Amino acid sequence: MKRNKNVGWVRPGMGATIFRLVVCLAIPALVAVAIMGSSPARAEYADIVINNYSDAAGMRPAIFPHWFHRIRFRCKVCHADLGFKFQAGGNEINMLKIINGEFCGACHNGEIAWSVDNCDFCHSGKPGTKTQVHGSTVQKLLKPSQPAK
Amino acid sequence: MRTVTIPFLFAVTLLAVTLCVTPSQTQAAAAGVGADAKATEASQPPPVATPEQAATKAKGANTFNRLMKPKSERNPAQAADGIHDPDNPGTPQLQPPKEAFSSLATSNAGNYINWVQSLKTNAVSPRYDRLDPNAEALILDLDIVREVKGSMPDVVYPHDRHTAWLDCSNCHPDIFIPEKGKNTISMAQILMGQKCGVCHGKVAFPVSECRLCHSKPKATAAKPK
Repeated sequence: MKRNKNVGWVRPGMGATIFRLVVCLAIPALVAVAIMGSSPARAEYADIVINNYSDAAGMRPAIFPHWFHRIRFRCKVCHADLGFKFQAGGNEINMLKIINGEFCGACHNGEIAWSVDNCDFCHSGKPGTKTQVHGSTVQKLLKPSQPAK
Repeated sequence: MRTVTIPFLFAVTLLAVTLCVTPSQTQAAAAGVGADAKATEASQPPPVATPEQAATKAKGANTFNRLMKPKSERNPAQAADGIHDPDNPGTPQLQPPKEAFSSLATSNAGNYINWVQSLKTNAVSPRYDRLDPNAEALILDLDIVREVKGSMPDVVYPHDRHTAWLDCSNCHPDIFIPEKGKNTISMAQILMGQKCGVCHGKVAFPVSECRLCHSKPKATAAKPK
């Protein structure tokens, strides 16, 4: 494994030193990335992740941003008129229902809001993200006791 | 060769470290100038740190807070929020929350937006009907006072602020029986997402904002002993 190649400023016998230097720099960098990567999600309060069928179907989970919608519609429009239950994942929404004009499809039909062919506006979650009301008290209280899936 | 390269690398590292450290040293020196100016009459600088120096030190030490995120970290763009997939082509096209929130009334929790105030001042004008942009909300102006056990102020439930967003059928009769004395409500239920907790702690202002509900001081307030 002796290398005789003389490349510019890298002199023979310097390989080990460079290796040590790289290791010294890389380890703290990796630790920093790991710490930042493990930090809890800081998504908006009341962002709803719906992953009833998405993962199994090879789609990203759908994310419903409450904040964006409540700027445009009162709660009543979806939760009374359209029949959305107050429960994340409890409405058993699927694409067939949406295309038939139920649930999201009541507006996301190309008339009131953009149509269902813009898949990745809704199906934008990290794969494997569980159904949740992001930032909810229940999520915060129950998180530690939930088994990791 | 090794004897030459190791000192060379050491020198490079030292240079890099020096460059990194320099700005903070400069800042410290600048703070020192101010301190010196005050201490010109004394022959020696005072041994105790000046308030300015103390403030500079405290700034660094006081930044640790495990629960409360700094304001700069609130309402991040979707790609950095931890639940959206930054590799999804649609993610960068979504409206960043900060852009939408810039003109709204602020609060201390949830989305950090005071939605009730924003609606009241027409900073937002959400439709009351899916199709009719001019439909007016049916507002019921009726405050319900709930006397609570313990030392917390009584709860005032304002129907007007709720009916501005919701329909009667959203709460009655499934969540709350519309009859005085028929509903038992506890904070435990609310924390677990029942009763008021169906919305508060999920989408409406969270339970950390005690005094927004517990707002009516008891008639028999605690007397000083």
